[in-house]
Amino acid sequence: MASSIQHPPRPYPPRVSTYWWLGRWPYLKFILREVSSIFVAWFVVLTLLQISALSRGPAEYLGFEVWLRRPVVIALNAVSFFFVVFHAVTWFNLAPKAMVIRLGGKRVPSLLIAAPNYLAWLAASAAVAWIVLRG
Amino acid sequence: MGKRSNEPFLWMLFSAGGVAAALLIPIHLFLFGLAFPLGWLEAPGYDGLLALVRHPVTRLYLFVLCTLGLFHWAHRFRYTLYDGLQIKHLNEIINTLCYGGAILGTVVAAYLILGIA
Amino acid sequence: MAETITLEITRYHPERDEEPGLQSYEVPLRKDWVVLDALNYVKDKVDGSLSFRWSCRMGICGSCGMMVNGAPKLTCATFLSDYAPGPIRVAPLDNFPVIRDLVVDISDFLVKLSRAKPWLIRDHEKPLAEGEYLQTPEELETYKQFSMCINCMLCYAACPVYGLDPLFSGPAAIALAQRYNMDSRDQGSSQRLDILSHSDGIWGCTFVGECTQVCPKNVDPAGAIQQYKLTATKEWMKSFLMPWRGGA
Repeated sequence: MASSIQHPPRPYPPRVSTYWWLGRWPYLKFILREVSSIFVAWFVVLTLLQISALSRGPAEYLGFEVWLRRPVVIALNAVSFFFVVFHAVTWFNLAPKAMVIRLGGKRVPSLLIAAPNYLAWLAASAAVAWIVLRG
Repeated sequence: MGKRSNEPFLWMLFSAGGVAAALLIPIHLFLFGLAFPLGWLEAPGYDGLLALVRHPVTRLYLFVLCTLGLFHWAHRFRYTLYDGLQIKHLNEIINTLCYGGAILGTVVAAYLILGIA
Repeated sequence: MAETITLEITRYHPERDEEPGLQSYEVPLRKDWVVLDALNYVKDKVDGSLSFRWSCRMGICGSCGMMVNGAPKLTCATFLSDYAPGPIRVAPLDNFPVIRDLVVDISDFLVKLSRAKPWLIRDHEKPLAEGEYLQTPEELETYKQFSMCINCMLCYAACPVYGLDPLFSGPAAIALAQRYNMDSRDQGSSQRLDILSHSDGIWGCTFVGECTQVCPKNVDPAGAIQQYKLTATKEWMKSFLMPWRGGA
């Protein structure tokens, strides 16, 4: 050994790239799922705008309805719809992981816990649609 | 006994918001964001809609939906900023903006929904 | 099938290198060879300076975890032929400091694991004269899946939160804490809760779920963590709504 200097071990520190989430498809899917929360917040804003317009009279509300028909707004709401559906599907598929339900000593498989969630989704959607549409 | 973390409470709000958002927001967004503006379904008239929104049950429903939705966003977006942009060292600012934003939104929702004449 | 395949292996000698680099080696492509066989071929026949960890070569010791084409794998269970015609990139496990070549410093994992107290905790030890602890098959089933962990740390390499958040305990530590929490013989849940829930050890988890995907033993650490979040939340609510309950 030429050098008599003691080198302390210099482990190379791990680094995570800023674009780690682009590296693999599961990571990208995860980030898209997380980003869906922005569209949840947008829905709340939209709803509050709608209620504000409602409270200010028929003319205001008509203006709001016209605004809703602008192509940019339709596009935004179409994208939002995709994301909130993505949120719902990923949520119903993953939520059973947190709940361990045992029947007769064996764990109920995730699918059987997810299924009632989907049914509830269908029922809730039907109920809301019926209440809104009957006018 | 170590210090009590408030994370469980925030996670609970996030989870409740996630359930509410998953079950209810898709149909709301479909109807009011797409079906009515695009004419796929006939939109309810102004009078009918106003009467519906004024009903105390509807008020409560909308207020809870908006509040839970906002806190769901706050918690999830906070962690997306931590991990997506790697700015966890700014966590005080991020937490204030996220949860503060949700609280502000809740106050506005209360004013609009519960106060609508 | 071709005769050989190229392995591009990370090399890092701290006394001479500023940062890790790649070195290519041509190895025989035998249909029954795994990446570990190729690494041992390199070390035996081509370049004795290559350093890597391995032991049982049958997927039970947890020593041979490395990144193979960007995914965390047990190299004793990863077949060369699945990557033909190659080249195959072999790198040290992500999210850990690299000591040399393919060897990483796992002390952070060991510290976090021991903080989870992965052993049976009793308020009072049962004296030997009283006989053994009895456990039904149903009681065993509640924690058995989490007991399969071989501490290979593939889940730590797959977890972006572990890479980004120094406070996060990581999938295996939390799954093993849950393994003991669910064990009917154990009475240490509240001690583990202190360490994991109150010091933010679990709350960084955003359920990416990759830990479960890469686990070679189907431990499902992501499931364990979500269950633990639910337990921690219930405990929080109890302490909030009924603060007179003496701390266990």
